[in-house]
Amino acid sequence: MEQEKDLKTRELVINMGPQHPSTHGVLRLKLNVDGETVVKCTPYVGYLHRGTEKLAETMTYIQVIPLTDRLDYISSMTNNVGYCLAVERLFDINVPLRAKYIRTLVSELSRMSSHLLWLATHALDIGAMTVFLYAFREREGILDLFETLTGARLTVSYPRIGGVKRDVTQEFIDKTYAFAEDFPQRIQEYETLIDVNRIWLKRTLGVGAISAEDAINWGFSGATLRGCGVNYDVRKRFPYDAYDLVEFDVPVGKNGDVYDRYLCRVEELRQSTRIVKQCIEALPRGPIMAPDAPKFTLPAKDKVLGDMESLIHHFMLITKGPMTAPKGEIYVAIEAPKGELGFYIVSDGTGKPYRMRIRSPSFVHVSALPRLCEGRLLADVVANIGTIDVVLGECDR
Amino acid sequence: MVDSPVSLVDVEEGIKVIPGADVIIAQLEKLQLDKLINWGRKSSLWPVTFGLACCAIEMMATGASHYDLDRFGIIFRASPRQADCMIVAGTVTKKMAPVVRKVYDQMPEPRYVIAMGSCACTGNVYRTYSVVQGCDTFLPVDVYIPGCPPRPEALMHGIIKLQELISKERMRWTPLK
Repeated sequence: MEQEKDLKTRELVINMGPQHPSTHGVLRLKLNVDGETVVKCTPYVGYLHRGTEKLAETMTYIQVIPLTDRLDYISSMTNNVGYCLAVERLFDINVPLRAKYIRTLVSELSRMSSHLLWLATHALDIGAMTVFLYAFREREGILDLFETLTGARLTVSYPRIGGVKRDVTQEFIDKTYAFAEDFPQRIQEYETLIDVNRIWLKRTLGVGAISAEDAINWGFSGATLRGCGVNYDVRKRFPYDAYDLVEFDVPVGKNGDVYDRYLCRVEELRQSTRIVKQCIEALPRGPIMAPDAPKFTLPAKDKVLGDMESLIHHFMLITKGPMTAPKGEIYVAIEAPKGELGFYIVSDGTGKPYRMRIRSPSFVHVSALPRLCEGRLLADVVANIGTIDVVLGECDR
Repeated sequence: MVDSPVSLVDVEEGIKVIPGADVIIAQLEKLQLDKLINWGRKSSLWPVTFGLACCAIEMMATGASHYDLDRFGIIFRASPRQADCMIVAGTVTKKMAPVVRKVYDQMPEPRYVIAMGSCACTGNVYRTYSVVQGCDTFLPVDVYIPGCPPRPEALMHGIIKLQELISKERMRWTPLK
């Protein structure tokens, strides 16, 4: 006993990341630890800062769409939709109903693929390898669907200002419906693996708990906020696209810990399946582009080669961008899989955005990591990084 | 055992194994030992898990159940000390470049680098103040895989190309004394 009293302990600084398998990319955390307990946690971001916002100022409104793919690269579709919505509100464009439904459909597919990846990596970090392999199986299914529709697996660039690029084919619809029919059984498989798994419960129950009030004050959004018991979903509060025309429930947690957020996201998978089915069943006929589309989207290639008017439009759009941009500013937020994703665009009347600011949920959530980690065990840091579902491409922009 | 050629199985030209036993026999001529070493290296490429951006997601997909990199003998290692291949998967920023280099320096020889994706190859569209225009500015890259992001098949193609490169190596080892 006497010896123990004389032992001097000191704080140790551990550098977690940027090369660390559990930091979901290039997040770096400086952790001051006292034994196993985290005393202080300092997140360092910016290791994937690509200058997207600055780059967008040099590009026309149409050219920016591929840049938004690479923000939250796990669910490119929702980013595209968010950006296009912002530009459409700025230009005051009415999107046809069919395009709205298609966008809702692909957004939800994207949400499913994002949540699957989150589940896979989160479970892998905590130590459940099988879930990773199972979830990737279904994720490949969704990526195959995207490939049928857009030709790309990850970076789709499918939505356009005023609608979508291509109409859905019957093949895509059949495949998607079959997938949505089958998917709930698959979710059950994941749940069988970890829902009542003792290790999973020990690593998640009560870990990273945060009260509803605190969560709102820290700027949480999305499933991270809903796990704390706050019923806030942009799709319900400020419906965009066809979200006011489909039925779905918003799952809300109670305790605000890692486990509740897990339950919320898994339930969201089911709700997304519901929305996908409804979208397919209610898909109306009609155009997929707004009628005044030539003013801000590229005309079809065969028209460009045969029609003088289209050729001029094409030339003007490529060289100068959409010329009908009004002066002003706009902020539009959507419910991305990670949380509230906002685009703030300032227009000075030229074909390029004067300033584009992206309100990314990951950045806000990373800033709350010290609140979640401090005073807890070192092993819980990994669970906390997983639960806020951070993507560094969007965080650092 | 060596004298009974009936039980030996040809793995590759010049390399034979006894099935069921972990004994590999190379014809011990000068160039054939190269073959044995190269065969060992290329069949157990262990890359360090090092995701930078979008391409890392495709890299994960390649390693997961559907495409299954394990059949190439590829097992992702979390520590650079246990790895002999680095897949630079994603945009390398100026803030990240020293870290990438440090991870590379920590890897033991022989080591190989695959630049996965257009960002790692050339910088892609990100011609901005913060992005390194291609990771070959500070790393010796063996294989370039273009694409944004490259499909898992493309990554596998790149890995096979790297294996071909390795099998052509000569005398990249210290002779026993």
